[in-house]
Amino acid sequence: MIDQALRDAGLSIKDVDGVCHAGSSMQLAEYLGVHPRFTDSTMTGGSSFEVHVEHAAAAIAAGLADVVISVYASTPRGDRARAGTGGGGRRGGPPPGMGPNPGLEWEMPAGIRLPMGAYALAATRHMAKYGTTAEQLAQIAVSTREWATMNPKARYQSPITIDDVLNSPMQSSPLHLLDCCLVTDGAGAFVMTSAERAKSLAKAPAYVLGVGTCHDHSMISQMPDLTTTAGTVSGPAAFSMAGIKAGDVDLLMGYDSFTITALLHLEDLGFCGKGEGGPFAEDGRLGPGGSLPMNTNGGGLSYTHPGMYGMFLLVEAVRQLRGECGQRQVPGAEIAVAHGSGGVLSCMSTVVLGAEAALS
Amino acid sequence: MSATPPRRMEPPVIPVAEPFWAATRERRLVVQWCLECDRPVFYPRENCPLCLSTNLEWRDCSGEGSLYSFTVNHLSGNPTGAEGPFPVAIVELAEGFRMMSNVVNCPLEHLEVDMALRVTWEELSDGRNYPLFEPAGGTA
Repeated sequence: MIDQALRDAGLSIKDVDGVCHAGSSMQLAEYLGVHPRFTDSTMTGGSSFEVHVEHAAAAIAAGLADVVISVYASTPRGDRARAGTGGGGRRGGPPPGMGPNPGLEWEMPAGIRLPMGAYALAATRHMAKYGTTAEQLAQIAVSTREWATMNPKARYQSPITIDDVLNSPMQSSPLHLLDCCLVTDGAGAFVMTSAERAKSLAKAPAYVLGVGTCHDHSMISQMPDLTTTAGTVSGPAAFSMAGIKAGDVDLLMGYDSFTITALLHLEDLGFCGKGEGGPFAEDGRLGPGGSLPMNTNGGGLSYTHPGMYGMFLLVEAVRQLRGECGQRQVPGAEIAVAHGSGGVLSCMSTVVLGAEAALS
Repeated sequence: MSATPPRRMEPPVIPVAEPFWAATRERRLVVQWCLECDRPVFYPRENCPLCLSTNLEWRDCSGEGSLYSFTVNHLSGNPTGAEGPFPVAIVELAEGFRMMSNVVNCPLEHLEVDMALRVTWEELSDGRNYPLFEPAGGTA
């Protein structure tokens, strides 16, 4: 995967002097035989890779590195098939090496099913507070599937209806099976270098125009407001750095671990007002031909979700800006936003990417 | 129904939380209070997460609260031992903090965000009690 990404960029592993990994950058660098002068093992769950972009951009700008790579690969689906368990049974043990996990004392005894139960709690509160409906949440899954019908690599490519979502088995109310992301195998990588160096490389660069990150809790029971994420901080910070407004965005890659996740991003990044995400999604404007193309690869809901999905947001955003997306290409896409969500709505990280045309 | 009914995972006790769990042996709900900020601190910590003061004391709670949010879990066994889907809740306590628990003695269709709740208890194997919540007026 790293080799493919480097070839795509017209670089080789010998050019790499910075390594990011949402696990151990030391292990990754050793495996690759790289001795990086910039290293970053930031792990913020699904948003890790947006944070890596942020850190890599700062490192390159500061002269700490010339060429930085980040890679992600995970095979939960294959692992599950090999184990033959059919999944389930995750009792929320602490991530290895993380020390005491307060969730074991203050959440897991209540029998919450994680991560989905956390998002379900957010959805229930959003529905009660703002009148958001199950149909409106389902529409997000339907629009996302419409995009997936045009991605030959998507795990699910057959169209679905709102009724299909509502009739799929209830998992953790109000979330049905089709409100939830997939469990798939997958991998992705990115290569970053300075804008100056990128000009002479193999592919048209996607420029990092703005970045922002914020997290406001780790456990869902500690989230300050279940209906408002730290995207209200990361989004405006990234948009301000990029000098753009929500209306300038041609494509939103908004982390969709669950339908409610994507809905909260629409509000918190300012594409609509707080509480208006349901009606905003309702008319299908997020799907093909709509005014705000969202998750054009088919998203975590229909394309792939190996556990930490944020890498795939970046990959699709870059492909769209380069015009490489075939049937699902957003015509003339110049500004794309990759908005990662890690933990349980915990760490939000927003990356604004632009094509060459967006620089002028 | 499975041969063994689902059992609640009994919470481990970190040292700073010992007073919380000790009080549950007497079915008292207590919370840390920051005397600098005059606000509750939950979950238990060495320092207030707002001002980092260690000037914290334990106070009794009223046991009254409201249902901040809930989800009915259809996938896992009910830790109370009852059958079928069960609610996982975040409860907003009257003192101004939130904790995760289960709502009991309430039909699922009567669950409603912001409904009034009061604490009730489930005995754990070591003499501690686990705080649960039920409708404030008794069984709904």
